[in-house]
Amino acid sequence: MPQYKVLPGPEGYLPPPAALMGVELPEEGKALVEGETVSESDAVQKIARKILAAKNPTIFPGPLVLWAWSETACKKAQLVRELAAEAGMKIIPMPDYRPKYPMINPAVEINPNHPNLTIWHNKIDVCVFIGVHCHYANVALKIIRGGTDCYTIALCGEYGHEDAMITLRDVTVAKLEALLAVVRETKRKL
Amino acid sequence: MSKRITEMCPALNDAMPTEYRELVENGPWLGDKTVKDLGTFKELLEEHPLCAGCNLALSLKIILSSLPNPADTIIVGSTGCSSLGFMQVGIHNIHSLFGNQNAVATGVKRVLSMRFPDKKKDVVVMAGDGATADIGLDMTIHSWFRGEKITTIMFDNELYANTGGQESGMTPAGRVAYMAPLGKKFPKINLFEIAKTSGCHYAVLLTTANTVRLGACVKKAILLARDVGPTYVQIHTPCPTNLKIPPEESIKVAKDSEKERYAFNEYVSEAAKSFLENTGNKK
Ligand SMILES: Cc1ncc(C[n+]2csc(CCOP(=O)(O)OP(=O)(O)O)c2C)c(N)n1
Ligand SMILES: [Mg+2]
Repeated sequence: MPQYKVLPGPEGYLPPPAALMGVELPEEGKALVEGETVSESDAVQKIARKILAAKNPTIFPGPLVLWAWSETACKKAQLVRELAAEAGMKIIPMPDYRPKYPMINPAVEINPNHPNLTIWHNKIDVCVFIGVHCHYANVALKIIRGGTDCYTIALCGEYGHEDAMITLRDVTVAKLEALLAVVRETKRKL
Repeated sequence: MSKRITEMCPALNDAMPTEYRELVENGPWLGDKTVKDLGTFKELLEEHPLCAGCNLALSLKIILSSLPNPADTIIVGSTGCSSLGFMQVGIHNIHSLFGNQNAVATGVKRVLSMRFPDKKKDVVVMAGDGATADIGLDMTIHSWFRGEKITTIMFDNELYANTGGQESGMTPAGRVAYMAPLGKKFPKINLFEIAKTSGCHYAVLLTTANTVRLGACVKKAILLARDVGPTYVQIHTPCPTNLKIPPEESIKVAKDSEKERYAFNEYVSEAAKSFLENTGNKK
């Protein structure tokens, strides 16, 4: 079977989970780009280029960085802010996961149960997930791949997200700082 | 109690939707709110998709404004019309399988008391009459038999509203509904009496018509569940859609029922009475 590529959609209603298609999570120190294992620094470079080249890049901070659980959460939030400013990204929060019904306001928030609404409404071509708990990130990434052509990037604090087009794992404050530095550097070179 | 769980990371504060910021800045977290304060703070439920004139939605708003400790309250709901409202409630809530709510609440309560032994965490079940008295009756009563320290609140619209109007055990005898055209053949279940004899330390029968009293009784039920034992609140919430009541008259229908099957009735066990006396919470 040819290697399954995790590419922008729309892949159609119910796209397969990348894991079912044979994509494995990256080992420690590695990352995934479109389903393939690469070195973390390659992935970081690629992320910087992707967001800087995007028309309408947007970062979606989730509950783990929005709410003041800890000092680390607040530090990460600060870095999200700086990253967004540096890369010209819009910030649209995912404050919680309740399946708000009948609808959220897609101009100001994103909800994991219908993330496509926010992508469509704001015409987002590249998005970055950070601080979203694993199970909801997986659901949302899959829905986005299913229904939109948005390029998804997951900055994951745990083991990474095979359903995103690019994923880093174990994203700590230091790794975010490093990503920010690479974005700065790449921008300077452009 | 701390307001800290509702704080946001300063760096992203201004990216949050206004609704969340208002909840943080002016939510009901200190728990000293009552129905009379409605309008002076950001409510836990504002927009909801329930029908115009829905008494269930009204009682939910009143209950949420009367929680003694909203920041440390977990609501366990069940399938039915109320579950549509919970999606918009800004507080921890769990949707459980239809009928399982008191079993789920038991687990949540027990684990919370192990995990946070020196914190007061209130577990409150809120479910329809079908969930509480029909499919979940086993779970409801057994949680009372076991003396679980949880509050059970029943939204009694006297039928299965969410599925289009089937009769429930709580439907009064003779009532005809959309999907029960022959009329109910046996009387309404008296769950209030059952609660009294099954281990509840507090049980109350009331309607949405007296909002202040409803708020006060909910508060009392939750405080008693925290320290004494199971408590039960049964609220008559007539359904305008299924009973063809014009929305503006739906509270009147609730009020009228106070003259017959929903006359205010409050049971307080001896243990609960002495607890209330000792804590100066008599009223
Ligand atoms: C296990 C299970 N059985 C049956 C149903 C179908 N069902 C959904 S809502 C409902 C009735 C709800 O009635 P009630 O608890 O009185 O709530 P209401 O809608 O009247 O507020 C039923 C039977 C279900 N969802 N799950
Ligand atoms: Mg009902």
